[in-house]
Amino acid sequence: MSKQKPISTSSEWTFELIQTYDKEISDIAKEFKLDTYPNQIEVISSEQMMDAYASAGMPIGYSHWSYGKQFLNIERSYSRGQMGLAYEIVINSSPCIAYLMEENTMTMQALVIAHACYGHNSFFKGNYLFRAWTDAESIIDYLVFAKNYIAKCEERYGISEVEKIVDSCHALMNYGVDRYQRPYPISNAEEEARQKEREEYLQRQVNDLWRTIPKGESHDDSAEKPKFPSEPQENLLYFFEKNAPLLESWQREIIRIVRKISQYFYPQRQTQVMNEGWATFWHYTLLNTLYDRGKLSDGFMMEFLQSHTSVIYQPPYNSPYFSGINPYTLGFSIFCDIRRMCEHPTDEDREWFPDIAGKDWLETLHFAMQNFKDESFILQYLSPKVIRDLKLFNIMDDNLEEEILVSAIHDQSGYQSIREALAGQYNLGNREPNIQVTSVNVRGDRSLTLEHVRYNRVPLGDSTEEVLRHVHRLWGFDVHLHSTDNGVLCETYHCPPKPEHTELN
Amino acid sequence: MSYIIDRRLNAKNKSTVNRQRFLRRYRAHIKKAVSEAVGRRSIKDMDKGEQIGIPTRDISEPQLHHGQGGRQTRVLPGNDQFISGDKIPRPPGGGGGGGSGEGNASNSGEGMDEFVFQITQEEFLDFMFEDLALPNMVKRQLSGNEEFKTRRAGFSNYGTPGQINIIRSLRSANARRIALTSSKRRQIRALETELEQEQEKDNILKDPNKIEALTSEILSLKNRIKRVPWLDDFDIKYNLHAKYPVPHSKAVMFCLMDVSGSMSQATKDMAKRFFILLYLFLQRNYEHTEVVFIRHHTSAKEVDEEEFFYSRETGGTIVSSALYLMKDILSDRYPLSEWNVYGAQASDGDNWNDDSTTCSKLLIDEIMPKVQYYSYIEITPRQHQALWEEYESVAKTFSDTFAMQQIVDVTDIYPVFRQLFQKRTA
Repeated sequence: MSKQKPISTSSEWTFELIQTYDKEISDIAKEFKLDTYPNQIEVISSEQMMDAYASAGMPIGYSHWSYGKQFLNIERSYSRGQMGLAYEIVINSSPCIAYLMEENTMTMQALVIAHACYGHNSFFKGNYLFRAWTDAESIIDYLVFAKNYIAKCEERYGISEVEKIVDSCHALMNYGVDRYQRPYPISNAEEEARQKEREEYLQRQVNDLWRTIPKGESHDDSAEKPKFPSEPQENLLYFFEKNAPLLESWQREIIRIVRKISQYFYPQRQTQVMNEGWATFWHYTLLNTLYDRGKLSDGFMMEFLQSHTSVIYQPPYNSPYFSGINPYTLGFSIFCDIRRMCEHPTDEDREWFPDIAGKDWLETLHFAMQNFKDESFILQYLSPKVIRDLKLFNIMDDNLEEEILVSAIHDQSGYQSIREALAGQYNLGNREPNIQVTSVNVRGDRSLTLEHVRYNRVPLGDSTEEVLRHVHRLWGFDVHLHSTDNGVLCETYHCPPKPEHTELN
Repeated sequence: MSYIIDRRLNAKNKSTVNRQRFLRRYRAHIKKAVSEAVGRRSIKDMDKGEQIGIPTRDISEPQLHHGQGGRQTRVLPGNDQFISGDKIPRPPGGGGGGGSGEGNASNSGEGMDEFVFQITQEEFLDFMFEDLALPNMVKRQLSGNEEFKTRRAGFSNYGTPGQINIIRSLRSANARRIALTSSKRRQIRALETELEQEQEKDNILKDPNKIEALTSEILSLKNRIKRVPWLDDFDIKYNLHAKYPVPHSKAVMFCLMDVSGSMSQATKDMAKRFFILLYLFLQRNYEHTEVVFIRHHTSAKEVDEEEFFYSRETGGTIVSSALYLMKDILSDRYPLSEWNVYGAQASDGDNWNDDSTTCSKLLIDEIMPKVQYYSYIEITPRQHQALWEEYESVAKTFSDTFAMQQIVDVTDIYPVFRQLFQKRTA
């Protein structure tokens, strides 16, 4: 290939240059069959980046103190130089919005374009979870609706009242997700119209459930005691929205808003490793291809590699910088290794991955991106080579034992169990305590009973009491939480707290 | 194809609302931190922003998560020494296997026990002077060089095209048209009935000349109606705006301080803090604030700020000299109709024995009727002397406008200040 002049040599960026780089990168992305939403690249200042940061990356968010707290925290760390801002934020919407910070050099802008606008963007469009659970077209619309609705409630019922509900919802945010049903998307206007309808209908239903006026002929109460809910419910926010006896309809709507937003982020929480790994793999591949074609200068490449390596740096377990496994590193390593196995398979790969070894790498990679989430992705694709490269080992901490056991390391006998353990670590079901609504005393004191099923005998954390207070606020009547292990009751929590002696008796 | 948008000029304070929400929620914490800061701070930066720390525990957002215990496994990177089957002693504090693999655990707190953030000067002062009120009304006065506010003042026949009031203009055009054409329309109506009668007659009796005459007359009247303009110059009405001067409030603050030998630098420092607090407070309440510094030992003198706080004098103490001077300055320079007058006096309580009665008399007869508020602070750990007792009688007479407090320690200043200016329910 003939030697070409690089696109730019200076580190200053201009809008024309951004456009040129975007064009070049998008051409290459097309060659690699990256299918993306249209891109909307927004250049913003660092203050605006902090704003975007503070609202969890949502371009429009309702007002809440916790975002203010987040903002103050970021502002402080940033102004003291403890923390660099992320180079980019990308929003799963169509068009896909990516923020570039004006302080960055041209190299960084190109890196971000490759990473966010083609990496993340194609992931949002391709991965099955995002396809099934979020609707990129309507999310911005919904956020606008949510913001306006909550602002209206604040006007009508006071900031404090609204804040209380939102606080309680945030405490249970992770328990507001439908795991098996797909919500269908609608637009802002529709949302508003439906909201009105819902309001009336919901209240009627709730009233029905709590009807105390006796029905004509008297039935024998004990004979057919209605069990409610008939099945345990894991979506707590949904359950409260539909069934809590004392909530006003606007409160129900707020619960719904928080629930919807939680649902929107659910795929993101489940695909962190894949998503970041995929984006990192592609910025690396796209920019290297660009370099191979002579369009990038050596200086550009040096700066790019410097920042790329710091992104994928994994501090070892005993380093002071260690804070868990770096999702960028893990994801990037796995994707790179899939490509290696396709292109240059070894005997080991043929044994472990007979389906992949020697196949077309691009197709294999796209398949992996589209059809997995972190847990299944690791279980499927974490190869012995990656385990060796990262020197992974598994420890088991059992409170019945004196010492912590190293149960597996990166050797022949350990690969499989490390793979399983690491996958389990990314299983949201294991990461969060399993808590469900089991029964409501409909005809009695209206108390609500939740059940926590322990996994590996792990008890609940110390903020449980506090969360229970929020549950109590939403439900309006007594709340009990039973923590059980293999059907044996281990611990109970009550809100309002019960006198000591009644416990476990 | 990608769209590239420059958003840098958009508002960057999207988070302001959320920030305020946060401050609102942790009001009590911040107030406590502010009042501690006031006690701790040096005088010069009394009105700067402040770093506020709140215990992380108080602002955490609870979530359900796994606790310690049970069997937890965790995959870690960077193995450098272990083989499978190794046993590691559990690290103290149970930090080892906790967190069940959640990368960056619950909070971004990095093990800090305080959530620290900065509030601005404005916010600092807001918190500092929250629920304080200046007692006793505010005099507002028009002083020659005010600002003006424009208000609507009805409608006018003259103005610029930008101020045309369309509704009024069209209404008056309509009225004019009705007025100018009514007689003609009446004639038309009369002629039309005549014409009709004429046409209903038998063919033989019809007078074609008359019909023609009537028709042409009707036509000409209609044409004349048509010629009345739809909109005329004098129909147009303009919105009228008038300027009103906005009355300003002005305050003068008299700082009176004893600089006799008995006042040490530390005592003066405390007095100064008090004065500064008062000054900041007045500044927030009045558009224009002036300060008069009067210091005294046996005789009083008006001085500038520097001299007021830093030069030393020795000698005995005659408090009344300062009050006389204040009275004179007041009548010379600050007409009562324009100025709100505040007095603040600091002393260690020492006074020439016979002078104290003069002081209280002066206050009661001359000064108190003219001032909005007068506060006296005595900075002494010792027993009160004659001056305090005399002032107590003043306080009895002017219970609304006179206040006195004792300060022993720097940390008393702010609480005493708050006590003096506590919002009172009338």
